[in-house]
Amino acid sequence: MAELVSLAEAVDELVHDGDAVALEGFTHLIPHAAGHELIRQRRRALTLVRMTPDIVYDQLIGMGCARKLVFSWGGNPGVGSLHRFRDAVESGWPVPLELEEHSHAGMAARYAAGAANLPFGVLRGYAGTELARQSGSIATITCPFTGEELAAVEALRPDVGIVHAQQADEAGNVQMWGITGVQKEAVLASRKAIVTVEEIVPELEPRPGGLVLPGWVVAAVCLAPGGAHPSYADGYHERDNAFYVEWDAISRERETFAAWMAQHVLGTADVAEYHASLGVAA
Amino acid sequence: MSATTVTFTADEMMAVAASRLLRDGMVCFVGIGLPSQAANLALRTNAPELVLIYESGTIGAKPSQLPLSIGDGDLAETATAVVSVPEIFAYWLQAGRIDVGFLGAAQIDRYGNLNSTVIGDYEKPKVRLPGAGGAPEIATSAREVFVMLRQTPRTFVPELDFRTTLGRAVSTVVTDLGVLEPRGADRELTLTAVHPGIEPDAAREATGWKLRVADGLERTAPPTDAELTALRALTTRDDR
Repeated sequence: MAELVSLAEAVDELVHDGDAVALEGFTHLIPHAAGHELIRQRRRALTLVRMTPDIVYDQLIGMGCARKLVFSWGGNPGVGSLHRFRDAVESGWPVPLELEEHSHAGMAARYAAGAANLPFGVLRGYAGTELARQSGSIATITCPFTGEELAAVEALRPDVGIVHAQQADEAGNVQMWGITGVQKEAVLASRKAIVTVEEIVPELEPRPGGLVLPGWVVAAVCLAPGGAHPSYADGYHERDNAFYVEWDAISRERETFAAWMAQHVLGTADVAEYHASLGVAA
Repeated sequence: MSATTVTFTADEMMAVAASRLLRDGMVCFVGIGLPSQAANLALRTNAPELVLIYESGTIGAKPSQLPLSIGDGDLAETATAVVSVPEIFAYWLQAGRIDVGFLGAAQIDRYGNLNSTVIGDYEKPKVRLPGAGGAPEIATSAREVFVMLRQTPRTFVPELDFRTTLGRAVSTVVTDLGVLEPRGADRELTLTAVHPGIEPDAAREATGWKLRVADGLERTAPPTDAELTALRALTTRDDR
């Protein structure tokens, strides 16, 4: 059963140096507050897993938390490059970053296989792409029934899966709605899961398209209102589009990046202080 | 179409020419950036019944303004259905329910193969690009593929630095200079139309291989006032 604890306690107890950690979110509900807590607690040598690494992974990579990135698209959506990610890959700063690179369809199949406790996922994919040569987690198999050649991809089984949701109840059951991406699979594929939420309610009210995760598949539920910023939480706060544009300038140089992180992440204790430091209402 | 009375940029011509490829009822899996802009323009001009699918899982989105990302709230709110990411790739794309994949890229070769991974060597890249995203499977599971990118010797290259995506299903490439389509037994990309004011030599000079030009080269009709007005309304957002 999920424990209702502070995010700092959850990260301290559940995430260790060297772990494979998947912070998932597809534009919507990206668990920024949890990423910031990993940075504050100075986790190192993490294998970061995510289909669409964006700003929060740029921050983790730039702060030296990651040894390896497993991903399919790394950019600042609608803006351009991730400068800290590029600096790590192109120049090894602050530490070299190993890449395990896939397509979206392949990553989705890997999470689904992990959630189903299968050793691999199967898809009609990777035809003609050099990605298959770069990654040891892609192979070709022959269908035993039709003889069709298909791609097999190794299941993802992160040590810790971290997602952000709109609500949890006092028993730790979690509900999210809107675009829910690959979060269900990421939680079920991971050995342990942490969920940050906008609010804790006495009882979950079913929502159209709502995705409910029973509390007994979640290790920790942490209250973190505004914990997706600059991503959004449908029904709670909107996407801070201006911040995505500002991040391009903040992150372009190592010095401006480090100063920003010192002020807004290392210099704050939690998500409330982070928002206060930005002058954004949670 | 009425003749245009205002001037337009090469990028605007590219977006308009690309939007005209889309038709009512087509099911289009669209990437963010230039393709998303063209597809949203088509929704507002010649293809109001276009079915737009974004990889975030939104099916039939009709956003009120141009989305900044593939997962904007507006896409979910206006969609016919919102499904999970594993579902959009498995049940919808892989299952063969997509008519057209619409992609951008950093580099293209003469067979329509695309690079969106690195410039330079993979292990020691000069420029690390975002990567494949949905493109490899969009390009092999959709019935045909449209590509949009600006045409320069840096983007139209004799050899890709990395082949992210197979060009086999590419049927049309729209650039800021004209339109290319695969022709002949080897299906090499051939210039089949140039935009207003562009000579074929300009396209040849912007191509890193010896560009074939089709007999009966066509000239793209300039944007109509209606197309330009819709495009400009789309690209003017109040929150960025």
